[in-house]
Amino acid sequence: MSPPVLSVRDLVVEFATRKGPLRAIDGVSFDIARGEVLGVVGESGAGKSLTGTAVIGLVEAPGRIAGGEIHLAGRRIDTLPKDEMRRVRGKQIGMIFQDPLTSLDPLMRIGDQLIETIQTHTAATRAQARDRAVHLLEEVGIPAAAERLMAHPHQFSGGMRQRVVIALALAAEPDIVIADEPTTALDVSVQAQIIALLKRLTRDHGMAVMLITHDMGVIAQIADRVAVMYAGRIAEIGPVRDVIGRPHHPYTAGLMGSIPGLRSEHARLKQIPGAMPRPGAIPPGCAFNPRCDRVIERCRAERPDLSPFGHTSAACHAPISRETEEAGR
Amino acid sequence: MPTHLIRRLFEAVLVLVVVAVVAFTLFRFVGDPVNQMVGQDVSIAERERLRRELGLDDALFVQCARFIWNALHFDFGTSYKFRQPVTDLIGARLPATLELAFAASVFAIAIGIPLGVRTGIHRDGALSKTIMAVSLIGVSLPTFLIGILLIYLFAVTLHWLPSYGRGDVVNLGFWATGFLTGSGLRALILPATTLGLFQLTLVMRLVRSEMLEVLRTDYIRFCRARGLTDRAIHFRHALKNTLVPVVTIIGLQIGSIIAFAIITETVFQWPGMGLLFIQAVQNADIPIMAAYLMLTSVIFVGINLVVDLIYHFIDPRIRVSGRL
Repeated sequence: MSPPVLSVRDLVVEFATRKGPLRAIDGVSFDIARGEVLGVVGESGAGKSLTGTAVIGLVEAPGRIAGGEIHLAGRRIDTLPKDEMRRVRGKQIGMIFQDPLTSLDPLMRIGDQLIETIQTHTAATRAQARDRAVHLLEEVGIPAAAERLMAHPHQFSGGMRQRVVIALALAAEPDIVIADEPTTALDVSVQAQIIALLKRLTRDHGMAVMLITHDMGVIAQIADRVAVMYAGRIAEIGPVRDVIGRPHHPYTAGLMGSIPGLRSEHARLKQIPGAMPRPGAIPPGCAFNPRCDRVIERCRAERPDLSPFGHTSAACHAPISRETEEAGR
Repeated sequence: MPTHLIRRLFEAVLVLVVVAVVAFTLFRFVGDPVNQMVGQDVSIAERERLRRELGLDDALFVQCARFIWNALHFDFGTSYKFRQPVTDLIGARLPATLELAFAASVFAIAIGIPLGVRTGIHRDGALSKTIMAVSLIGVSLPTFLIGILLIYLFAVTLHWLPSYGRGDVVNLGFWATGFLTGSGLRALILPATTLGLFQLTLVMRLVRSEMLEVLRTDYIRFCRARGLTDRAIHFRHALKNTLVPVVTIIGLQIGSIIAFAIITETVFQWPGMGLLFIQAVQNADIPIMAAYLMLTSVIFVGINLVVDLIYHFIDPRIRVSGRL
């Protein structure tokens, strides 16, 4: 296998507070290979978005990357000087935000926003940048692209604006795109179009995607692998089919059980009792132990690390698979 | 946009008519103009003749219509005190006030906006905090005190700049300008600084708080995520998005600079409209006060129209919908 385009090792993000540093992300590690789509799922506040923000180097004070390493295409980027990191952003890493209605500068023509971004990262002349802008808009499926360059953001619908946002993120052909809830703010029918678009773009350009979402349906459609985050750590990571179909971590299983499925529409949805602990109130041992129905003594004392179970890795002392496998024997 | 503009013009005319009626009422009901024009030894018959000549015994609405009609022809009658047409008196003073107001506005905008941007970007820096603290003084010190302090420092103690008057002016026929002579420019510095200091701090604080607001928005985060340079983010994207409220306030402030330069003009004995107005108040010279009221409202209405046009230029969303 080729070396991963993005490699994150033991990432720690802390927020300075009056009571001392608060760990929002605590030792997250994952790789994304060229052309691969990694889904990152979890509840609100699990640290999904913050992980993406840390990768692109936009964690804002009082937050800071307090540990770990981030490598992009073999180069370490978390220690780069500010201006070099700025060049990496947009050029090698693109980012798509959740709300297309607020992601575009309302006062600037979208053509100018595209041309500005292209010219920031390439030596293109204005005419070349303009041609590329038209090409990008066509590629993300905006009809009459050449004329639409002159339009302002408010003249586009939400779905069209998200296409413009994607075109902007792709402007300099980045190796990886971090998509932070790219479909959450859109209508369901538009969501499907945007997912299809992302899928096509990864296939055509060999671009890797880190797809942050809480929508397992989106993950199932587009992701190759999925990482489940809980309280600032990865609870389970592996190929989508295995994580969804045969989860090992009780939290993953709970998450899957709480998704309304089409076939089981009359069945009562399972819910996980309790709420995810906030940073600073995370219990010792496994962060999930107060809500877990499989908790054993060791879970309260010792923090589990990711270890391989079948095709996936899970951070659990009492994973589900072992039992089912034993029972099956 | 044309319909929007026509509506705004109509509103502007309406405001001016209302102000004219108020100005007329002032003219008519504050004392008896005949009494103020003639001496004590003029006979009652003579007074009645004058009253008829001036049309003061016509019906009220006829007088009001006449006042507005004359005002439309820039005719505001004759000053009681100076025995000259009010229009000539104000015309002679207007250039001084407009030049002072222009210099003060340029000073306030050219320094206020960059300082606001800087303190907005580096809000926790030591320099920004110092600037903010000093700006508090600018906001809270009264104009006459700043003027007197500046005179004491630069005119009395250091002898660098003149303490009063306009210096030499060049008469262009319709306009006496102080911009073309060294002494005229030097004379402008202290009063313009005094008049513009409050506006400067106001503009700076407004730009700063708007910048802080805009820098938190999603589109600025997205600009950063696209790797745009700080320069492009701060000036091309952030500053432009702060402009609508900033232009509104600057417009209003320029209006007040022109109309209410009275204190500064008094402190520096600047031969402008403010000084004329103070004298008019002392002499109960109602034609001048009425004309001044009209002129002030024309200036405010005019600036508001211009500000409205600038909105259209800045924000495409207004262009389409006709409103914010």
